[in-house]
Amino acid sequence: MIAIIDYNAGNVRSVQNALTRLGYPSAITKNETEIRAAEKVILPGVGEAGSAMRNLRNSGLDEVIPTLTQPFLGICLGLQVLCEYSEEGDTPCLGIFSNQVRKFEANEIVPHMGWNEVRAKEDELFRGLNSPSDFYFVHSYYAELSADTSATCNYILPFSAALNKGNFYATQFHPEKSSTQGTQLLLNFLRL
Amino acid sequence: MDIQGGRAVKGVNFVGIRDAGDPLELALKYANEGADELVFLDISATIEERKTLVPLVERIAAEIDIPFTVGGGIKSVEDARRLLQAGADKVSLNSSAVLRPQLITEIATEFGSQCVVVAVDAAFQNDEWVVFVKGGRESTGLVAKSWIAEAIAHGAGEILLTSISNDGTKNGFALDFTDEVSRESSVPVIASGGAGSEEHFEALFNNTRASAGLAASIFHDGLIPIPQLKKYLKDVNIQVR
Repeated sequence: MIAIIDYNAGNVRSVQNALTRLGYPSAITKNETEIRAAEKVILPGVGEAGSAMRNLRNSGLDEVIPTLTQPFLGICLGLQVLCEYSEEGDTPCLGIFSNQVRKFEANEIVPHMGWNEVRAKEDELFRGLNSPSDFYFVHSYYAELSADTSATCNYILPFSAALNKGNFYATQFHPEKSSTQGTQLLLNFLRL
Repeated sequence: MDIQGGRAVKGVNFVGIRDAGDPLELALKYANEGADELVFLDISATIEERKTLVPLVERIAAEIDIPFTVGGGIKSVEDARRLLQAGADKVSLNSSAVLRPQLITEIATEFGSQCVVVAVDAAFQNDEWVVFVKGGRESTGLVAKSWIAEAIAHGAGEILLTSISNDGTKNGFALDFTDEVSRESSVPVIASGGAGSEEHFEALFNNTRASAGLAASIFHDGLIPIPQLKKYLKDVNIQVR
């Protein structure tokens, strides 16, 4: 069973649809026991960092997530709340990754919306994928580069398209909306 | 993809609507062929004052793996929620946003600007691009550029710009208008209306700041398959997926 964390962020259904297409049963849940028992955990997300962190705190999941040991995938806002801090709503986040999350300069077209090239390092999440490969992005905030950056993308400036540290993986783009290459990445995660 | 009565349809200059096929079948075909995004507009929803076909949205969202925007008859945060929960990634507002621009802000506050598209249907009249609502049936008298600036100020995350004057004609996009709008927009602009050849897309991306081009007739009619269009654009050095 794959646990998809429910914290009132959007896009949960899209992730579940993708898992269903791939033949993986999943549950949308905020229940600690269910999350701890899951083979894999996904933190999806479209929304605002401040309210996302509030929702995680309200259900106590801000304490649970850092202690999880199974493969964990944060998507989009899910990547940002795994970082240390987000400028969005001046929000301290979960701190799995040491990255800071900043807002794109407003003199460019923001949100960064659409397909863009992702260049990956040697990383199990990107196994079998060309580098660069195109993935679908929708975001106004980005994680800076760090030692945990496993893939980069360039929009206005280079930023972290994916992060990895131990069992924690995260993508700024939406693999569930990134056609065949996104499907391959999700499968790579599900087979970890 | 324009939808009416559960079928994909297409007109010329928003009239003479004809059947274009089964929406689910077409959605799957386009996703598999490499379409970058699917936009699904229930064109009769406002007129007939009925809700967009949520079950159809659910079925399509369950099958496709590309971004999916849905519009038609959205009048409240609850309407938007229903569609997003059904699996839409973004909602597209048109008539109801003109009637009450605050709706853009309400939906953007609840779900984020990135999922609020404001669709603007404009026609060239008396030397001005004027905004039309209710599926192009009713002029608002609003100047398109001013309305778009207002929509962005209210929280629109994307503008879907359709030229009624070009729509369905296959004579090319409204380049000057699209250029003017996209140059001033701080959010992505999708140009729509008039695509009839590969060269029309080339002209769009070379002459305007539009982030994307939308087409329907040429794909429905099989005039230009999506892979052929993408190959053409790659060959003329326009960055595509």
